[in-house]
Amino acid sequence: MTLSVALQATAPIPLDLSFQVEPGEMLALVGPSGAGKSTVLRSIAGLWRPERGRVAVAGETWLDTATGVNLPPYRRHAGVVFQSYALFPHMTAAGNVMAAMARPRRAEAARLLDLVNLHGLADRRPAELSGGQQQRVAVARALAREPRVLILDEPFSAVDRATRERLQDEILALRAHLGMPVVLVTHDLNEAQLLADRMVVIDRGRAVRFGTTAAVMADPAALRALGIRELAAMLPAVVVRHEEDGLARLDTAGGPLFLPGVEGAPGTRLRVRIMAHEVILSRARPVGLSAQNILSGVVTAVQAGEGPGVMVHLDIGGEEILARITRRAAADLGLAPGDAAHAILKAMSVARDHIARDAADRPDA
Amino acid sequence: MDWTALTLSLELAAWTVAILLPVSVLAGRGLALARFRGRGAVEALVMLPLVLPPTVFGFYLLLVFGRNSPVGALWQATFGHQLVFSFEGLVVASVIFNLPFAIQPAQRGFEAIPADLREAAATCGMSPLRSLWKVELPLAWPGLVTAMVLTFAHTLGEFGIVLMVGGSIPGETKTIAIAIYDRVQAFDMGAAGTMAAALVAISFSAIAVTFVLSARVGRRLA
Repeated sequence: MTLSVALQATAPIPLDLSFQVEPGEMLALVGPSGAGKSTVLRSIAGLWRPERGRVAVAGETWLDTATGVNLPPYRRHAGVVFQSYALFPHMTAAGNVMAAMARPRRAEAARLLDLVNLHGLADRRPAELSGGQQQRVAVARALAREPRVLILDEPFSAVDRATRERLQDEILALRAHLGMPVVLVTHDLNEAQLLADRMVVIDRGRAVRFGTTAAVMADPAALRALGIRELAAMLPAVVVRHEEDGLARLDTAGGPLFLPGVEGAPGTRLRVRIMAHEVILSRARPVGLSAQNILSGVVTAVQAGEGPGVMVHLDIGGEEILARITRRAAADLGLAPGDAAHAILKAMSVARDHIARDAADRPDA
Repeated sequence: MDWTALTLSLELAAWTVAILLPVSVLAGRGLALARFRGRGAVEALVMLPLVLPPTVFGFYLLLVFGRNSPVGALWQATFGHQLVFSFEGLVVASVIFNLPFAIQPAQRGFEAIPADLREAAATCGMSPLRSLWKVELPLAWPGLVTAMVLTFAHTLGEFGIVLMVGGSIPGETKTIAIAIYDRVQAFDMGAAGTMAAALVAISFSAIAVTFVLSARVGRRLA
């Protein structure tokens, strides 16, 4: 069920890239607007034909310009969640879901709507649903197609932040059920890092970086076009307890972490996005500091870039966190691989939406 | 009241609507979606009957339908009677001069459907025909109903072209609009008034039906 994509075009935007997505894997296509993300997605779904290219899924060729194969979209089994959701306004939620089935079955539609937490809303029309509910219908409809590939085009861009966090958690939970390759198009690197296993960074139609999410999000060169301040690591953590002052105590491989705005009962496994530019490094364990979060580790790499900054990779008990500090600071500290160092993190520097539940830990997953 | 003329007019309008319904779906959808060179010229041509004086339009149709033209000769050879001054001739003329009334609103109806809905239909596995039936027609139908009501009402009232192409043969080409003129010429104002009032009533109810229907659709999709 591997999806392999290779595309080349000169108009309307230049395009030259290729990538593969394995079954059950989520690949994020990220890039600035106008970079060609949507064109890639539309080429996979068959809504646009590149000058040259090949799209194949599970041994089935959907597009091969060399041999003249170009299946129309309705013959490709691609489930698409459109940015605008594109729900059929004259059909109910269940009607929308059944519209994507070869043989419409109400029971199956009800099952899919339950899966996206829309129990009891089957007979509502899109106009009677909130943005978040519409997005869930769109996901259920895409799954009703029994797709070989699931394509999500900026699926969280049209909802408010609180809804987005909930929908992202739901998508993570849903992924446990999905055996097909998933392609997520987004310009939001937080979203990509929270959800995706691997990433393709697209800029002006070219794949400037293709790799695991952790590797791409640690690579200043890859993120140049998107903002170097997005560089970050994901740190696994477990909720220990909620303190009376509103902070939650989390356990990580590098020691305890106190963070605000954390939800979930004790024992809940989380992934916390630690922004590289928010981390302060210290050779000695600091005292008399307002920052409460001090994680101890060992420097594994010091990467100099083109600018005044360097990226320090720190191993804390088997997990990696990143610290983006100035070249000058790194030289003053004399940081080199193998050195012990402490990463200091302000609790307030971790935004609510930078914390995601670990998909494997969901009770309903 | 000239019941023969009224029946004839209703039959003519019914035939015109029956023929123009599929035409307006195909042409309206085509003009709404297709981007081709000369699209503006086609649209202008469709609109032509709106601006031409009916007698001018009728004059040219008379020439084209006449026994001496290829079209008229072919008709005569196929059906054994001439196209002008016949009910069939009226139907053909009526279809042509109603093109703008049928195609324009249908085109607007299809244009109002967001492009991503059509794409969503395709990615849901619907073939173009199924997408037309399940998604596009249910969304474009207020436009189509408007098109058909306009066509129907306009056919009932058309005078100049009918007179030029059809003459005024009772039971064959004498429509209600011509019957009204006939009665007025004969100073039979009572009969003319009855028929005129009947036309007003029919036209008004047709328009009322469209308004009610499109309001209902508007509420549903709001």
